Amino acid sequence: MEAFVSLAHGLTVAIQPMNLLFALIGVLLGTAVGVLPGIGPALTVALLLPITFKLDPAGSIIMFAGIYYGGMYGGSTTAILINTPGESASMATALEGNLMAKAGRGGPALATSAIGSFVAGTIATLGLTLLAPYLVELAVRFGPEDYFALMCVAFVTVSATFGDSPVRGLTSLFIGLLLGLVGIDILSGQSRLSFGVPELYDNIEVTTLAVGLFAVGEALYVASRRHIHEEKLEAVRGSLWMTKEDWKRSWKPWLRGTLYGFPIGALPAGGAEIPTFLSYATEKRLTKHPEDFGKGAIEGVAGPEAANNASAAGTLVPLLTLGLPTSATAAMMLAGFQQYGLNPGPLLFAERPDLVWGLIASLFIANGMLLVLNLPLVGLWVRLLSIPQPWLYAGILVFATMGTIAANPSPVELVMLTVFGVLGFLMRRFDFPIAPVVVGLILGPVAESQLRRALSISLGDPMVLLESPISATLLFIALVALVAPFVLKGLGRFKAVED
Amino acid sequence: MSTSSHRRIDAAGLVIALILLVLAGLVWWDMSKLQILSPYDLGPKVMPIIVSAGLAILAIGNAISAFRGELPARDSLDWRPIILILGGLAALILLIAFGGGFIIGTALLFATTSAAFGRRAFLVDLLIGFVVALIVYVLFSKLLALSLPTGPLERLI
Repeated sequence: MEAFVSLAHGLTVAIQPMNLLFALIGVLLGTAVGVLPGIGPALTVALLLPITFKLDPAGSIIMFAGIYYGGMYGGSTTAILINTPGESASMATALEGNLMAKAGRGGPALATSAIGSFVAGTIATLGLTLLAPYLVELAVRFGPEDYFALMCVAFVTVSATFGDSPVRGLTSLFIGLLLGLVGIDILSGQSRLSFGVPELYDNIEVTTLAVGLFAVGEALYVASRRHIHEEKLEAVRGSLWMTKEDWKRSWKPWLRGTLYGFPIGALPAGGAEIPTFLSYATEKRLTKHPEDFGKGAIEGVAGPEAANNASAAGTLVPLLTLGLPTSATAAMMLAGFQQYGLNPGPLLFAERPDLVWGLIASLFIANGMLLVLNLPLVGLWVRLLSIPQPWLYAGILVFATMGTIAANPSPVELVMLTVFGVLGFLMRRFDFPIAPVVVGLILGPVAESQLRRALSISLGDPMVLLESPISATLLFIALVALVAPFVLKGLGRFKAVED
Repeated sequence: MSTSSHRRIDAAGLVIALILLVLAGLVWWDMSKLQILSPYDLGPKVMPIIVSAGLAILAIGNAISAFRGELPARDSLDWRPIILILGGLAALILLIAFGGGFIIGTALLFATTSAAFGRRAFLVDLLIGFVVALIVYVLFSKLLALSLPTGPLERLI
């Protein structure tokens, strides 16, 4: 009950005209940028971060909420219409969605994904509302060693447990942790891995890393294999509206997708890929129209899309209550908070309830706005998709460099952007996952400060990590999650199954 | 996925392993120069030690996958677009570093990237890039009050 009182307070913040406007701008920008092929929600948030520098924290974070949900929605539009999912979470949607679009049923595919996203997003945000106060209460009891152990769980699940290769996933994570070391260590005032470069003293910007890896890396990768792979935009033909039959076939997948997405997103269990493919597999098994799968089955769009959105809301649970980002997008949201010196976690709930609950309330509002705006505006989004590829990527790179240089006016920052772009290109080429790098960079320093706090309380005795029951349990979970993929080969190899 | 490269040593994979090993050494070397302030714990050295050790272990892991030929199959690579894009970025960086300003550099980056994606109208794209950069500059520096690097052109606005 208490949660609803807080939420009502949040609504009074979110419903202020200025904040409603910010939410609307966020939703529109998020969708517009998210629709562009090759731009996933994480990059959407990263590219739009510099624009919000000058806003006040509440307005800017409410705008993020809109960008977050808008980016998700835009990504699925791209997945359906040109089959180039900007991120792995939209891959399941692309499977049947693109086939539907090819068969001239692009309209209903977009509709079921929009309405499914709304249903899933609303239920999952409700789940966030109810769950958050309990987690905050739990988190207050956490000591630094428990936090450190919790972050170990997140590190392992994000990088190793569900990827294609635990070795490559962990490699990505450690690259991120290494980048997190760069700069002046706050506690001792000594610089690490800075080599006398002044720009390196104040840490590596998360936005520079994310934009480099996602935007520049993607542009290099797509350009280098353009001779192999050509994208094709499917026109939206026929009616946009779903028939009675479509509704009948969609509502159960929406709910089942939500049931997969929210818990898996809320547990620090590594992103939206798993629930979307679980949902896809489930719908394929349960459908009354198995002959449609492989030709464009609406269940195969409705379920994964709901799972995708529910898990996006789910990842906000650990992010807001524990300060724990478990996806690249959540890491970018955390960077958004940090640019105002705000650290999500139990303290933020106590100190700035207006902000946290205002954000949660805005999620409901953004979700509603998306539903109302996106179906009528689908023609506009489709037109964005038909921007010629050369100009599209040229534009992406212009905005990427401009955002970077606006945030940190120094050519060295652009050199870093370029280096991260080459890194992103190489990682794509050799199939290293990208999200763990971003999570490692942003979460590494937090984990370090918790570890050092724990060690200084225990006078340097590392056994403190095993003496606290919470920490010992969490470390055990992390160990299981680390070993499991080596023992059970093929865990989470949903990608391979679908090929 | 093709399995034709199965059981063949992957040279690129070995290079990756070697780079990781070098990085591990670099972190360790950097760590060894740090000073410990508290007599009880390792302070700023804890995390570099963990990262360095982790990277060294992962270098071995990557080397093993390379020897087993377990890296995913890769497509052939077209170098021309990569050089064009990186060249555009380099031009932008140099122009900003030496006071050429943001707009010219951005116009160049737009045109080279566009060329990398197969357009053959460099001058037209240069003009489009120029207009885009101009709009962006005015929008950012006047409306959002963000400072972008200036050169001769920017001072005219």
